[in-house]
Amino acid sequence: MTATIEKERLVVIGNGMAGARAVEEVLARGGADRFEIVMFGGEPYGNYNRIMLSNVLNGTQGPDDILINPLDWYQENGITLHSGEFVESIDRAAKVVVSQNGVREHYDKLLIATGSRAFIPPINGMHTADGKLKTGVFGFRTLDDCTAIVEYAKQSKKVVTIGGGLLGLEAARAMKVLGCESHIVHLAAHLMDMQLDVTGGAMLRRAIEAMGIYVHTQKSTAEVLGTRNVTGLVFKDGGILGCDMVIVAAGIRPNAELGVRSGLTVERAIVVDNHMRSVDDPNVYVVGECAQHRGRVYGLVAPLWEQGKVFADHITRTNASAEYHGSKLATKLKVMGIELASMGINEPSEARDEVIQFSEPKKGTYKKLIVREGRLVGGILMGDISKAAYLMQAFDRDSPLPEERLSLLFDLGTPNQKITLDEMPADAQVCNCNGVTKGKIGACVAAGKRTPSAVMDATRAGKGCGSCKGLVGELVAWFCGGEVEEDPSVHYYVPCIPLRKPELIAAIREHELKSVSAVFATLAGGVEDAASKPALASLLATLWNAEYDDERDARFINDRVHGNIQKDGTFSVVPEMPGGVCTPAELKRIADVAVKYAVPLVKLTGGQRIDLVGIPKDQLPHVWADLGMPAGSAWSKSYRTCKSCIGTEFCRFGLGDSMGLARKIEKRFRGIDSPGKLKLATAGCPRNCSEGMIKDVGAVAIGDNKWEIYIGGAGGAHVRKGDVLCVVDTEDDVLQLIGRFMQYYRENAKYKERTYTFVERIGIDRIRAVVIEDADGIAATLDAAMQASVDAAYDPWREAIAPKTANQFASLVTAADA
Amino acid sequence: MRETIRDVLVGDVSQVPPGEGRTFAVAGRRLALFHTRAGEIFATQADCPHRGGPLADGLVGSTSVICPLHDRLFDLRTGQGPEPDCGIRVYPVSVRPDGKIWIDIGN
Ligand code: SRM
Ligand SMILES: Cc1cc2nc3c(=O)[nH]c(=O)nc-3n(C[C@H](O)[C@H](O)[C@H](O)COP(=O)(O)OP(=O)(O)OC[C@H]3O[C@@H](n4cnc5c(N)ncnc54)[C@H](O)[C@@H]3O)c2cc1C
Ligand code: SF4
Ligand code: FES
Repeated sequence: MTATIEKERLVVIGNGMAGARAVEEVLARGGADRFEIVMFGGEPYGNYNRIMLSNVLNGTQGPDDILINPLDWYQENGITLHSGEFVESIDRAAKVVVSQNGVREHYDKLLIATGSRAFIPPINGMHTADGKLKTGVFGFRTLDDCTAIVEYAKQSKKVVTIGGGLLGLEAARAMKVLGCESHIVHLAAHLMDMQLDVTGGAMLRRAIEAMGIYVHTQKSTAEVLGTRNVTGLVFKDGGILGCDMVIVAAGIRPNAELGVRSGLTVERAIVVDNHMRSVDDPNVYVVGECAQHRGRVYGLVAPLWEQGKVFADHITRTNASAEYHGSKLATKLKVMGIELASMGINEPSEARDEVIQFSEPKKGTYKKLIVREGRLVGGILMGDISKAAYLMQAFDRDSPLPEERLSLLFDLGTPNQKITLDEMPADAQVCNCNGVTKGKIGACVAAGKRTPSAVMDATRAGKGCGSCKGLVGELVAWFCGGEVEEDPSVHYYVPCIPLRKPELIAAIREHELKSVSAVFATLAGGVEDAASKPALASLLATLWNAEYDDERDARFINDRVHGNIQKDGTFSVVPEMPGGVCTPAELKRIADVAVKYAVPLVKLTGGQRIDLVGIPKDQLPHVWADLGMPAGSAWSKSYRTCKSCIGTEFCRFGLGDSMGLARKIEKRFRGIDSPGKLKLATAGCPRNCSEGMIKDVGAVAIGDNKWEIYIGGAGGAHVRKGDVLCVVDTEDDVLQLIGRFMQYYRENAKYKERTYTFVERIGIDRIRAVVIEDADGIAATLDAAMQASVDAAYDPWREAIAPKTANQFASLVTAADA
Repeated sequence: MRETIRDVLVGDVSQVPPGEGRTFAVAGRRLALFHTRAGEIFATQADCPHRGGPLADGLVGSTSVICPLHDRLFDLRTGQGPEPDCGIRVYPVSVRPDGKIWIDIGN
């Protein structure tokens, strides 16, 4: 009844990293419906992660820990695996492969992925008469090699590793970890000469010697001593190094003999075309270290992943025109705990090449970049590789570099990126607030959302605390492969009106729009966009002060009931307490209120005041009335608090009256709207106990009545030390200049843009020019505008006795017919 | 003819300021009523399906409301939310000439 469609047979020789991955890619493209898959593996295991062998060697991981595809994976996917079966011949005419033990399999399509083996240089005494390695001499390529090395190391005291490349260094470190005296013998003048230049090599050597490993460079081994087992090495320069064990890590050789025997073109490895197909036989594909593409043979895994994809696209006809175009080698390595990244060339090779470098040998940091016509052609990063992800991408894509060369080597002022976007697993949570993973963002981009804001709207990433917005933006760019669509609306003050802030302000002034609904009616075609309301309300309040037509519906709920909404819909009450100071009578009233209203939680805030938490909306007016204290504005985008330390009043180090100044600041600026929160602090001396240097605005006393003014500091989701705006001689100057800066910020910042971003965006020099030097001639206007706002400000808790809107504080309105 | 329809009187337009919402108790349940600036009245379930945020405290647009707790946006006409499985119930509303709001609360 059921018609069976004849499947083709895909036979794979080699069950290593490339072969198994290629099969996974085939399965991912629905290849199981098309092919019956048979695999041969020379090693008696499933596929394991060869890169991790060094960990098995040094004992940090067991063999089971590094399995990628255990044996039941093959079963579950309907794959026949002949493990421990070494294929000896391919009969291309009959389309049959035969193993050493006589297992025969017919194929329609063949994949050769035999990888490579450790290269053992032809040195006297290396082998015994029967061609095996002398007892005590080991290669380092397979799990079996590791097991044998670990076993033999138990009885060895002194081990020499031949080869000072990546593999040799890892082997030598493992031997040290296993308790042996460990030596490295290297042919070239410096370690890792393929990746590093002389300086980098010398620094690496120092780091390795510091671990107690002996390094011998420019040593060519002439003979392996010992009759039954190894006893030492003789060098061409006549030197002798005694030892009881030798590990050879002198390079690799592709396993291409099978190709030679079956008549395929083999140069350094089996030659393939752009589809990863043998140039001689359309039914034979080759991937991994045994493949030679455009004259190159690769020895790292990244190229193999790309090859596997092209192979799978092509063989399953998912994309019959898929082509491999070679890989640019950029690697990140962790050698003996030393972070290292290298890409392209390691020395300039043309006169026009520009070299940018930095070294700090004491810290083991070395950075060198080779730039040709504004593009990266090579580089080495050692020690600090925080810029590696960015640089490797620039190298890989050949993208133009920024003019500011210093920023290539260092993150100037921005936090280090700990993990690169490539390394980040798909299930890594990017937005913790809304549980959005890297994978979800990728899917969203794939579904056509190609701007950060479109992705954020669709996934809600970045819509919680917002601290991940930058990362979301980077990921969108990464998934778009650099082809992010320019999203003009990011420059608009609100998304529903296509105007930047200055243009919007001009339009509002021109049409004299004094309420949010008037703005919608005139500039947004009458459509009221809920999300834009608070941003417009904030702007209009700043522009019109007392003339502002304050429509309450335009405010976020916090600003309608003057408290911060909490997870259960109740609110918090934080009375004003400048500099953390209150009178005993006030303290007592707070306590009485807390008892009277059975307030669920009384808490000291991070802003030096007292929070009464969990108050139902209907009780708010009563609580405020009983407190008899002004509102602390702990809920809105506005001036918040001014923290302080005890200063000259009591502190033995005090240089200025920080409490007094905090009080003056709070009395002047309380209730002032702003694009983002304004949190201030004053400190009595540079010990900075009240954290003035990391506030939006801080004043730190430095003696002789002088105050240093800091702006743009942050100690929340981002941490940033503020920039010194200026030093002034009197408290009045502090009040005037911080007011002027805050007004400039109010007029020019984007909605919700905190000062830490604003100051960086505008630049401290420009802000100084405007605020201190009055370069634009607007200082007096700014001062006047701030004064108007101060005059218009009022204590919203007075609405306790005069509510502004119907049912303003009603938690529940009763139905009219009830 | 209209057996399944239960029109109940909820309140008066003046009880909800323009551009805002209020939570009402009616016939043993809680509902959110919204009054847009264009003068339309909408009625929905009171609590956000996400984590129970009070929808009536949200920001109201021409035809939408944003939950005050985590910014989910709901269409006041259809109840449609940001994801297929995250929508709210909406109730048919009629405003009588005397300003009284009547709602069909179904069963
Ligand atoms: C109550 C308090 C925590 C406490 O118990 O100590 C608090 C509570 C909240 N903070 Fe905070 N922050 C409090 C001090 C701080 C501080 C410390 C300070 O003010 O010196 C910081 C670091 C300084 C800063 O603001 O950068 C701080 C950085 C934040 C941030 C990160 C802002 C940023 O851009 O880096 C947010 C999120 C935001 O603003 O979007 C936030 C947001 C919040 C919100 C309003 C979250 C929200 O939108 O609901 C929290 C309200 C909880 C509630 O149920 O009422 N809170 N928050 C503190 C009130 C201080 C006060 O007296 O006014
Ligand atoms: C210790 C160590 C550390 C490494 N570290 C890194 C690193 O940090 N980063 C990096 O990018 N790369 C690293 N590499 C290199 C990486 O492991 C290789 O590039 C990768 O394994 C090559 O994959 P492959 O499938 O081509 O070869 P292999 O993984 O070697 O797989 C080939 C398989 O084919 C089998 N085989 C061979 N001939 C036959 C036959 N005739 N019949 C049947 N089966 C056969 C072999 O037994 C083997 O199992 C490291 C390698 C080693 C050894
Ligand atoms: S109080 Fe601040 S830090 Fe604590 S959970 Fe709320 S937002 Fe986060
Ligand atoms: S409770 Fe409404 S969005 Fe979370």
